Amino acid sequence: MARLARMMTATRGHGRMDWTDWASYLYLILGTALMLGPVLWLALSSLKSPAGLIEFPPTLLPQEQVRVSVPNYPNPLPLYRITKGDHAGQTLAEVRKIGLQATMVDPAAPETPIRVPVEDRTKLMQFHAAWDNYGDLLQKFDFGRYLWNSVFITSVATILTLLLNSMAAFALSKYKFAGREPVFLLMLATLMIPPTIILVPNYLIAAVLGLTDNPWGVIWPAVATPTGVFLLRQYMLTLPDDLLEAARMDNASEWRIYWRIVLPLSKPALAVLAIFSVMWRWNEFLWPMVVLGRNETFTLPLALNSFQGELTTQWNYLLAMTVVTLIPVTVIFALLQRHITQGIASAGVK
Amino acid sequence: MTIAATAGRGLGRLYAALMNLPERPMRWAQGHLPDGRLGWLFVGPNLAIFAVFTFLPILIDFYYSGTGGTNLLPTERPWVGSENFASLTSCQDYLDPNSCVRDQFWYAIWNTAKFVVLQVTLMLVFSLATALVLNRKIIGRGFFRAAFFYPVLLSPVVVALIWKWVLQRDGVLNAAFVGAGLEPVEWLLGARSAFGWTVFVSIWAHMGFYTLILLAGLQAIPADIYEAAAMDAAPPSRVFRRITLPLLMPSVLVVLVLGLIRAVQIFDEVYVLTGGGPGSATTYLVEFIYNTGFSSQVRQYGLAAAASLLLAGVLLVLTLIQLRGMRPSKGDGRG
Repeated sequence: MARLARMMTATRGHGRMDWTDWASYLYLILGTALMLGPVLWLALSSLKSPAGLIEFPPTLLPQEQVRVSVPNYPNPLPLYRITKGDHAGQTLAEVRKIGLQATMVDPAAPETPIRVPVEDRTKLMQFHAAWDNYGDLLQKFDFGRYLWNSVFITSVATILTLLLNSMAAFALSKYKFAGREPVFLLMLATLMIPPTIILVPNYLIAAVLGLTDNPWGVIWPAVATPTGVFLLRQYMLTLPDDLLEAARMDNASEWRIYWRIVLPLSKPALAVLAIFSVMWRWNEFLWPMVVLGRNETFTLPLALNSFQGELTTQWNYLLAMTVVTLIPVTVIFALLQRHITQGIASAGVK
Repeated sequence: MTIAATAGRGLGRLYAALMNLPERPMRWAQGHLPDGRLGWLFVGPNLAIFAVFTFLPILIDFYYSGTGGTNLLPTERPWVGSENFASLTSCQDYLDPNSCVRDQFWYAIWNTAKFVVLQVTLMLVFSLATALVLNRKIIGRGFFRAAFFYPVLLSPVVVALIWKWVLQRDGVLNAAFVGAGLEPVEWLLGARSAFGWTVFVSIWAHMGFYTLILLAGLQAIPADIYEAAAMDAAPPSRVFRRITLPLLMPSVLVVLVLGLIRAVQIFDEVYVLTGGGPGSATTYLVEFIYNTGFSSQVRQYGLAAAASLLLAGVLLVLTLIQLRGMRPSKGDGRG
């Protein structure tokens, strides 16, 4: 314990915590609460029943009222703890409520009805997670379809992104050909054209190509990323040309050199791009909203958005759906946290 | 052999079979193309997609901005010249959107201006503070860094719904207010508070990214400079002003410009959180473009394209500032 305390308070050069250390920890702990608290709150809330969700003030954990089966009564009866009056301290089950008076019975002695004023009692609650919120998503809504749309778009777009970007990066880093520099600059220039300013014409192009209301309408415009080309090119520049020459000696074709030698050696950079691409496509919102008009083609973010407009009273489903949407990203982050943060810090992209 | 290993080998075979498909045509091309042209085959697909979905749209944007009507096909749109720009910029008093022909556009412009100034300033301050704290010798630094970064990865729609749930009338924030003896507030129904919350939520969602850039900048400052300062017994405030801040300036500039470029384009979170309301209190520029071109009954593509080009002009200026001082590797968030 003493060692732990010493370790906790050890700081650079001094050995004791000074006030700046305390302030730093205070800042970090408050900040972490602010960053993660709302997400945890959402996750906890998503397990509450509709009745639990409208409770004010809200309870921290999902709860429901305890019910017991009492002889002579067909349905289980809700339990209350009596706070005032003759029966204070007892736990009674409610038979019926008329106005401000409730008729209650002691579950141990159900023969004698007891009349209790409603303000003299509180509900007896127990922990109860409403997993139905999640189960119903699949049955009551077309949730499986939205999930599939999102998974399909994300995985296909990521595979195509890796393929096309690495091909371009290969040529731009390993070949000398007329027009290489202009092509590279042109690709970098697309960084300066944010998708928000070409919404209208892109919609026209998607419509002409028959890509509206079609997952490919989200995939094709997204797979040529300047970030990916740049990232991979910088990485491939570091691969020694001797390897390629040796393969050419063995009469390997250029395509074979690309996918048998250069691609496997570029795995670290490809992994970073794959993570980025999954995040981009999974979370994308504005362009899919423009190009996917029909409900059946919606991705998860679009489905969430349309539900929050319609189902203002059905927060239990909306919350569960939100949690399902954030789970994949959370799992990826938990597993690959170091790669993601390092990739971003080094490339300066998000 | 385990199932995983079998599946892995199967996938490997599938991958190899697929990647072998272009072998023959590529070998043929290699033999028949004049030297050095093969590169174009590798760059081609990527370049074609850029051409169709990025460069061509810019040209169409210019054409659209000079046409009227609600038809999508350019051939069926009447040419109106500069009418769209004229109506967007026609105001008696630019400071009062009500005096403008397109009052919503000017509300959006002033809202965006207010939003950008407030959001970028506050975000810079908080991400700098967080980076400085995380750069200290802190127990659990990896965890804290991850916690601050986590919201960056969330879908903007999820971000908006998280905060909508916290801020709703019977939400947890109002519960805390009532617990402290205060009146509950309809946070997203008041113009001022809704605006404030859009600023807060967008900082919450993006701060971790900028913190990471600043942290990388801080860690790139050589330790021996600090050691030399410690030898001279320089006070911490002086070390910060004379060493940390000047050497961190390039990273601060990156954060400033990237933050500006993204803040000007704010849309997703706000659209789900407030829908631009109440009234037009949180309608920003991209939402105006979306509403004009896509969400209203009358789809005014020409007007939306004209507004896009005005936005593009602003972004171009910001990007040029960025390129003057920085490496050309900074993305804009879409890839």
